Amino acid sequence: MTREMTGAEMVIQALKDQGVDTIFGYPGGAVLPIYDEIIQQEGLEHILVRHEQGAGHAAEGYARSTGKPGVALVTSGPGATNMVTALTDAMLDSIPLVCISGQVPTHLIGNDAFQECDTVGITRPCTKHNWLVRDVDDLARVLHEAFYVATSGRPGPVVVDIPKDVQFATGTYQGPTPNPAAVHKSYRPQVKGDAVSIRAAVELMAAARKPVLYTGGGVVNSGPQACQLLRELVSLTGFPITSTLMGLGAYPASGENWLGMLGMHGTYEANMTMHDCDVMVCIGARFDDRITGRTDAFSPNSRKIHIDIDPSSINKTVNVDLPIIGDVGHVLEDMVRIWRASAVKRDETALKDWWTQIDGWRARNSLAYKPNSDVIMPQYAIQRLYELTRHRKTFISTEVGQHQMWAAQFYGFEEPNHWLTSGGLGTMGYGLPAAIGAQVAHRDALCVDIAGDASILMNIQEMSTAVQFGLPVKVFILNNQYMGMVRQWQQLLHGNRLSHSYTDSLPDFVKLAEAYGGVGFRVEKPGDLDGAIEEMIAVDKPVLMDCRVANLTNCFPMIPSGKAHNEMLLPDEANDEAVANAISAEGKSLV
Amino acid sequence: MNAQNVDAPSAYFLAEVSNEVETHTLSLLVDNEPGVLARVIGLFSGRGYNIDSLTVSETEHEKHLSRITIVTTGTPMIIQQIRHQLDRLVPVHRVTDLTVRALRANQDKPLERELALVKVAGTGEKRLEALRLGDAFRATVIDATTEHFVFEITGRTSKIEQFIAIMKPLGLVEVSRTGVAAVQRGPEGL
Repeated sequence: MTREMTGAEMVIQALKDQGVDTIFGYPGGAVLPIYDEIIQQEGLEHILVRHEQGAGHAAEGYARSTGKPGVALVTSGPGATNMVTALTDAMLDSIPLVCISGQVPTHLIGNDAFQECDTVGITRPCTKHNWLVRDVDDLARVLHEAFYVATSGRPGPVVVDIPKDVQFATGTYQGPTPNPAAVHKSYRPQVKGDAVSIRAAVELMAAARKPVLYTGGGVVNSGPQACQLLRELVSLTGFPITSTLMGLGAYPASGENWLGMLGMHGTYEANMTMHDCDVMVCIGARFDDRITGRTDAFSPNSRKIHIDIDPSSINKTVNVDLPIIGDVGHVLEDMVRIWRASAVKRDETALKDWWTQIDGWRARNSLAYKPNSDVIMPQYAIQRLYELTRHRKTFISTEVGQHQMWAAQFYGFEEPNHWLTSGGLGTMGYGLPAAIGAQVAHRDALCVDIAGDASILMNIQEMSTAVQFGLPVKVFILNNQYMGMVRQWQQLLHGNRLSHSYTDSLPDFVKLAEAYGGVGFRVEKPGDLDGAIEEMIAVDKPVLMDCRVANLTNCFPMIPSGKAHNEMLLPDEANDEAVANAISAEGKSLV
Repeated sequence: MNAQNVDAPSAYFLAEVSNEVETHTLSLLVDNEPGVLARVIGLFSGRGYNIDSLTVSETEHEKHLSRITIVTTGTPMIIQQIRHQLDRLVPVHRVTDLTVRALRANQDKPLERELALVKVAGTGEKRLEALRLGDAFRATVIDATTEHFVFEITGRTSKIEQFIAIMKPLGLVEVSRTGVAAVQRGPEGL
């Protein structure tokens, strides 16, 4: 379809042609022509945020919870720079995000004009790709290409920067190309895995005596089909399975072979299994430093298979023996088929012994904490939240810190795309807008942001968005009056000198909720917790729940920086002295 | 991230891990569009890779394709990372490690040349010596007065380095170098 229209009209048309139903944005001088089109159309809902960063994270929440790309619309200058955190977040977590930004008119570019910044320059390192469109006749093509790049291969954020005169100019609109993968000149991600390598992987796995599947966000990104295939692979092979923070839900937490999350705050059994395995199958994960701990002591005796769509993930930090480049879904499909077709003879005794050993590690009960009948333990709060929401359609987002790790440890995810968290960048302030994004896409679902008292204040203004659009998101604040994870690290690294990690003058969250037009609750006693959570769920409005928890609880188990998987600090061993001496001099410079 | 650039499949392709620092010459075919060079350079600075030399020019005008030649140093793992990271850039069509290609073909190195303009000023015996040496290096005099020469010299980096070192005591004023351009030996293209 080609027809004449203005640049601003093209933006709306292209979004609709790409199947977009929701955009998150904030108007300003350089995007006014686009906003003028938004108000004159139907079918594209615009959610007005209160800060552009909120638009970015909301679009991420929308994307992660639906599997579709999230779309944000911001103005030039500060609008674009406020998006940088969200773009970087999406870059590190491989979230498909299309950001459209306004720019000063082409003749003013480079003149330090009002609200001008070099948007493509600033966002170059934090996007998968970006474009400055100087000619209206390029606009439609670029917009469609932007969606293709954002959603294909390893997904990621893209920016299309559109000068105001281009929005006003009239040009020829072209609809999307039916098969962009076949026509793109230079960008052609490999989707199908190499058959020879997959066969070799199956052989290696079949011969394994101590195997483990280590999965990540790539499985979720690959789609529901990939998650289904993963479950099939687990039941076919009987292998134990662990996952990174980003991959939770791809395999159900109630599944028999589930070891819990691995890594810095992962379970003892997951990390010990990783350390002692003889064959590791990494599926859509990237050997991140939160996962590996000390790389030179990382799983020293294993052959490693790595399935990833991005060749640059291979051998980046850990050398693997057998790389398979391709989309997780496609590779798993072949893998399951080949496994079924070949009469695999496994060493059942070895596998049984392996499970016996794993059960021994499990018995260590590494997530244990001391129950308390006077104050609410943060772990208990998450457990209760889980029990009282698990039978509903629930989406959980988090901010960043101790509460995030407790949520990952204690909330059981059964399905992919129901867990929204900032993994790679660790963005405080992610959770509330992400929950809003998920709620927009799933109006009937329960969307809970598990937050900390410090993190929530970083994007608290989005409460106003939730109220305006009738989005009953629930913010469950584990309030310990500290930046808990910062404090924990100060205890580990800096002789318990708690420099600026205590928040004096916290707002009254109940009144704050009311001030925004939402509802506030406070709960302080374990006995009142269930009632409070049920009340929170029942309210059909945005809620701030001020859940007062034990102030000085720390998050364990933990692999201290610079240590290996088998050097975990377990909760029952983490006395003051052990905490103070957990990290060596070399480890101190790590993050 | 192009299929044709992925390593030939072989199970267990990484037999040994070397931490020796090597110098490699990479050749990139890219869309000649605004910002493409910034993307390449930003990747090197952002990820802490080295650039020893970088040259760029449009080589296929009708297709708007430029060829970028980069000489870089790093361990084999880093060089592999650089190649894959470059390949991830959307306007990059192809990344070729010419050094690896040469080694596979049992050659020492790919064909590499750079050009330098070398200005030498002086009179008397020094001036004559500069001219004689320029001749010996097959440098061409492209500008001269009674007090100076500008030599144009082409060759491998080592030859240019040597020529410049020799000219130093003979009144070297300034040098401008193009950086390395490189192609693979033999009849095949990229």
